[in-house]
Amino acid sequence: MAIQHEAPPDARPHLSTAGKVARLTLIGAALAAVAGTFAYLGGWLTPNALTPARFTDGFEEVYGVHPGFRRNHAKGVGVWGFFESNGNGVRLSKAAVFRPGRVSVLGRFSLGGGQPYAPDSASDVRGLGLQFSLPDGELWRTAMIHLPVFPFRTPEAFYENLFASRPDPSTGQPDPAKMQAFLAHHPETAEALKFIKSQPASSGFGDSTFHGLNAFRFINAAGESTPVRWILTPAQPWNTTPSQDKNFLFEALIAQIHRQPLQWYLIVIVGQPGDPTNDATIAWPAGREQVNVGTLTFDRVESDDTSAARDINFDPLALPAGIATSDDPLLSARSAVYSQSFTRRAGEQKQPSAITPAEVDKGK
Amino acid sequence: MPNQRTQFTALMRILHWTMAAMVLTQLGIGITMVASLADYHTLVSIHRPLGAAILVLVVVRFVVRQLSPLPPFPPTMSRLERMAALASEYTLYGFMFVLPLVGWSMLSAARYPVMLFGSVHLPFILPHDALLYAILRRTHTILAYLLFLTYLAHFGAILFHTLIVRDGMLFRMVPWNVRPREVVRGSSQPTSRRERVEV
Repeated sequence: MAIQHEAPPDARPHLSTAGKVARLTLIGAALAAVAGTFAYLGGWLTPNALTPARFTDGFEEVYGVHPGFRRNHAKGVGVWGFFESNGNGVRLSKAAVFRPGRVSVLGRFSLGGGQPYAPDSASDVRGLGLQFSLPDGELWRTAMIHLPVFPFRTPEAFYENLFASRPDPSTGQPDPAKMQAFLAHHPETAEALKFIKSQPASSGFGDSTFHGLNAFRFINAAGESTPVRWILTPAQPWNTTPSQDKNFLFEALIAQIHRQPLQWYLIVIVGQPGDPTNDATIAWPAGREQVNVGTLTFDRVESDDTSAARDINFDPLALPAGIATSDDPLLSARSAVYSQSFTRRAGEQKQPSAITPAEVDKGK
Repeated sequence: MPNQRTQFTALMRILHWTMAAMVLTQLGIGITMVASLADYHTLVSIHRPLGAAILVLVVVRFVVRQLSPLPPFPPTMSRLERMAALASEYTLYGFMFVLPLVGWSMLSAARYPVMLFGSVHLPFILPHDALLYAILRRTHTILAYLLFLTYLAHFGAILFHTLIVRDGMLFRMVPWNVRPREVVRGSSQPTSRRERVEV
């Protein structure tokens, strides 16, 4: 009480205990509202939503955790080379990579799946990640596979299939009933698989046509936007002989590059109004204009253990000015999940990969 | 002559509220994008240039703060409270400077292109090193949570001063100009009850 007498004259109206409690509660509620909003944004209140982390968990659940390796396309080798642009792409895109001239390219050939030591199989999905280093310091990355269309339209479908196609531990084969149920649910996947089977098969990396799969937009100097897809068509006739050797696809690739550089033509497929840009399961109608914009050459091959490509995220949305994303829902999801996989493996102890530096030198 | 200022300078107040909006947006985008598949790319494309803008602005703001006259603390605040207020102010400056710098560094170590707009991008400031990236990436998250907690303390403190102590502290930073009378309508005496008790 004595203290209160010492207090100076106060212009503030008296605050009752009840008033004080009410105001403190209000403060608490305001802080809780802010914290709650952030918890909601961070997905803490929706534990079943498919997030990049849960997607990556899915890969780890199906393929096992292999520290230091990519969660998908775990087995691979690095390559170096260059892209020689012929200038034909300039009318479609202002990206510096399409001006006439040469830019250096870092690449990585890989096989689909999360097991880094699995034996090569002719039925594996063959992948090629590329990084073009543009003269002004910009980077263009693209991750392509040898299938002409992607079997899944949405990230959710991809995730479902990961589990539906998971090999049964007792038979080593996927459960046909689960696959059937998945396809019944996803007729677009059934259609895509039919289309993939109808296309001529390639024998290995060197004679594969690689597809960017998703649609993108090219923006030229006049600001005109054009829907595009891109593919790499092999410049060399080539045949990989299937064998029991567990690395036969990679060994053939290494031997070939040691013998002479491997080349592909970068072909831009120009979409027409009405061509779907949000559905990677559907090929655009045949007869769309195809523009050969230059030649990609790989003249050096390297083990994943020493290649700079091992620690590169071939994020399909690492794009230079002049190339932009489309409304394809896979693109943002790929970017997010690749990033999650990259962050996990970046902090893990590295193990020697299946194709060691000695393995690569042997092919010389 | 006693300090007659009742508010921070107009420039400081503009910087405060602009950056408050930017930093809260940035924290919201950051926590949203790491959990998002569909909006990841759009959010990342905002997060990077916004972080660069915050880094530039916090340097400007710090210089402006050093050169500007400051209003005195309300007399209701004890010396300890004044020290805590100053410490939290500098802590917030520190976070706003270090967080974008760690973000830029981690992207550099991972060789992620840091596109700002058009073909304008930031150079890499660290060598390509995955382990360094992993450490900085974790640091970025931890610092972001600490910044968020510091912000909550800051927000809670100003609410406490406004609703319980009622010393008009908020008026020092409100975007509009207020007359001196309103600011000191709490205790106008040189020493308050609180100070006398604690001294």
